[in-house]
Amino acid sequence: MKILVLIGNVPDTTTKIKFNADKTAFDASGVQWIINPWDELALTRAVELKEAHADKIESIVVANVGRAETEATLRKALAVGADEAIRIDADAKDAWYVASQLAKVAAGFDLILAGIEASDYNGSAVGGMLAEMLDMKSVSAVSGIELADGALKISREIDGGSQTLSMQTPLLAVVQKGIAKEPRIPAMRGIMMARKKPLNVVAAADAEEHTAFVGFELPAPKAACKMIAEDQAGELINLLHNEAKVL
Amino acid sequence: MSVLVYTENWDGKFKKVSFELASYAVALAESMQLPVAALSLGSVEASELEKLGAYGISKIYTDTNEGFNSLDNQAIAKAVSAAAVKAGATVVILAHNNLGKAVAPRLAVRLKAGLAAGVQGLPVTTSPFVVKKLVFTGKAFGHVSINSTVKVLTLAPNSFGLVEKATAASIETFDAGLVSADFATTIESTNKVTGKILLQDAEIVVSGGRGLKSGENWGQLEELAALLGAGTACSRPVSDEGWRPHGEHVGQTGKIIAPNLYFALGISGAIQHLGGVSSSKVIVAVNKDPEAPIFEAADYGIVGDVFKVLPQFIEAVKTIKSA
Ligand SMILES: Cc1cc2nc3c(=O)[nH]c(=O)nc-3n(C[C@H](O)[C@H](O)[C@H](O)COP(=O)(O)OP(=O)(O)OC[C@H]3O[C@@H](n4cnc5c(N)ncnc54)[C@H](O)[C@@H]3O)c2cc1C
Ligand SMILES: Nc1ncnc2c1ncn2[C@@H]1O[C@H](COP(=O)(O)O)[C@@H](O)[C@H]1O
Repeated sequence: MKILVLIGNVPDTTTKIKFNADKTAFDASGVQWIINPWDELALTRAVELKEAHADKIESIVVANVGRAETEATLRKALAVGADEAIRIDADAKDAWYVASQLAKVAAGFDLILAGIEASDYNGSAVGGMLAEMLDMKSVSAVSGIELADGALKISREIDGGSQTLSMQTPLLAVVQKGIAKEPRIPAMRGIMMARKKPLNVVAAADAEEHTAFVGFELPAPKAACKMIAEDQAGELINLLHNEAKVL
Repeated sequence: MSVLVYTENWDGKFKKVSFELASYAVALAESMQLPVAALSLGSVEASELEKLGAYGISKIYTDTNEGFNSLDNQAIAKAVSAAAVKAGATVVILAHNNLGKAVAPRLAVRLKAGLAAGVQGLPVTTSPFVVKKLVFTGKAFGHVSINSTVKVLTLAPNSFGLVEKATAASIETFDAGLVSADFATTIESTNKVTGKILLQDAEIVVSGGRGLKSGENWGQLEELAALLGAGTACSRPVSDEGWRPHGEHVGQTGKIIAPNLYFALGISGAIQHLGGVSSSKVIVAVNKDPEAPIFEAADYGIVGDVFKVLPQFIEAVKTIKSA
């Protein structure tokens, strides 16, 4: 079995968000880049599965659509335990464009893992689009993957509960929280080995794009918080009722 | 040209979000001077379907194939796409919930459409078609232009609200043409959350953090939530510790919610937590540390011990409810 894990390259989750002067683009100066948190968990789970089933899982490949500066993120993915990385050399324009690029390298994988959303533009799109482009079954909001005899045992969250599914490969799983407990931190040995693992750069194919960000705004600054004394807590409820009118 | 909305049901009943979607689709169609239709998949009774009429939906397509109950992402995308073609839809609207998020991208590919996920409110402009959505996990808003002929949107739950507009709905049976081989999602077991307000449907959410010290201390929080008809949520370490189920975790790596009222009890207000809740209309914070960052995001706050404050909250709510 071959596993492909999609890797988004996003600003560190503590980044203070700034835009350029005319508010049409994100200002990336001084930003630290990380593996998109869900992709990091997906990769961690893939590595755990490979460790537990060395006889069944042949390789884990990671892929990213991005420019040379995303290679540090891909190297980290190799250090966590991927065997091989692919970088498709293009700006990640919109989800359609990114999924079209990934579709070119996704043939031959039995299991593809994508994150539920990238923490920068929250597109919630690339995984599902890729599955449709490949005409592959997909399951979303996946919080657990186990290998069962000849099938995958998948846990997914549904609106109002959760389910356990039995699915056949090939499958694309769009994963969320729970898929792995904690992201795996690369060990020194992993980092050393990562330097020798293949990171292949592939030229971009022609592809369409259908959406574009035309502007950004920061939320209006909040008015100061109204403070109520601890022993007057009931008064706060009255304010919610009479002043804010949300009760 | 028309607007199509996919209204989801669960156990034969529409989810609350479906009525919000209907309200939104009707308002959007009106602003673009287009007709609007709804699609219902799976077995839903006629009396239930007619409820959409209360929100201004005049036409409902229904395919009652039981296979849709498996929530097979690919099959549902095929069906919605077939209905969109039949209705000549140029805008297709789904919910930004687990199912909508799973189906929308597949649907967009089938319809050669651009997708904007987690849209807030009616389009900023309809020509060009520009919508507003949260980006950077709640830290900013982005305006997205969709340039394709057909557009797919997922609407952020609770961002539009319900708008009643009584209309008689005509129901038309529709066969999306799916066969049993299309439904290849095999469900082994389902664990339903019953008797509780779904977090994403909730207008009020009561949320607890590590300040509550242990999973056994949730009694008063749950009592307050029950009195208010509120959903319950928690910070990430709380669900990591197993004090509360994962489904309750809100924030950057959990659910993103936007209730009218959010109670943050014993939660410090880390940036990753705020990402999931900062769109709440009113935030109440209770924390014993006056320097806790949650007070910067909150509208009303108490510096104090959550275990001293909760009983007073409960009493005050009872007083209001009985008045
Ligand atoms: C990549 C990444 C993603 C993350 N995603 C999320 C996410 O999605 N959601 C999330 O919540 N976190 C997330 N986190 C974790 C986040 O950084 C914080 O660690 C977390 O939110 C803290 O949870 P907390 O406020 O419950 O606990 P703490 O930070 O420990 O705060 C507890 C608070 O309770 C107060 N307190 C203690 N006792 C009492 C009392 N008796 N009465 C009143 N107040 C009391 C304390 O003053 C303190 O402010 C993420 C972190 C990373 C690195
Ligand atoms: N540029 C990219 N390269 C590779 N994978 C990506 C890229 N962008 C998004 N993805 C994958 O798609 C998921 C959803 O991203 P999005 O649709 O952008 O919110 C991410 O969690 C990644 O797994």
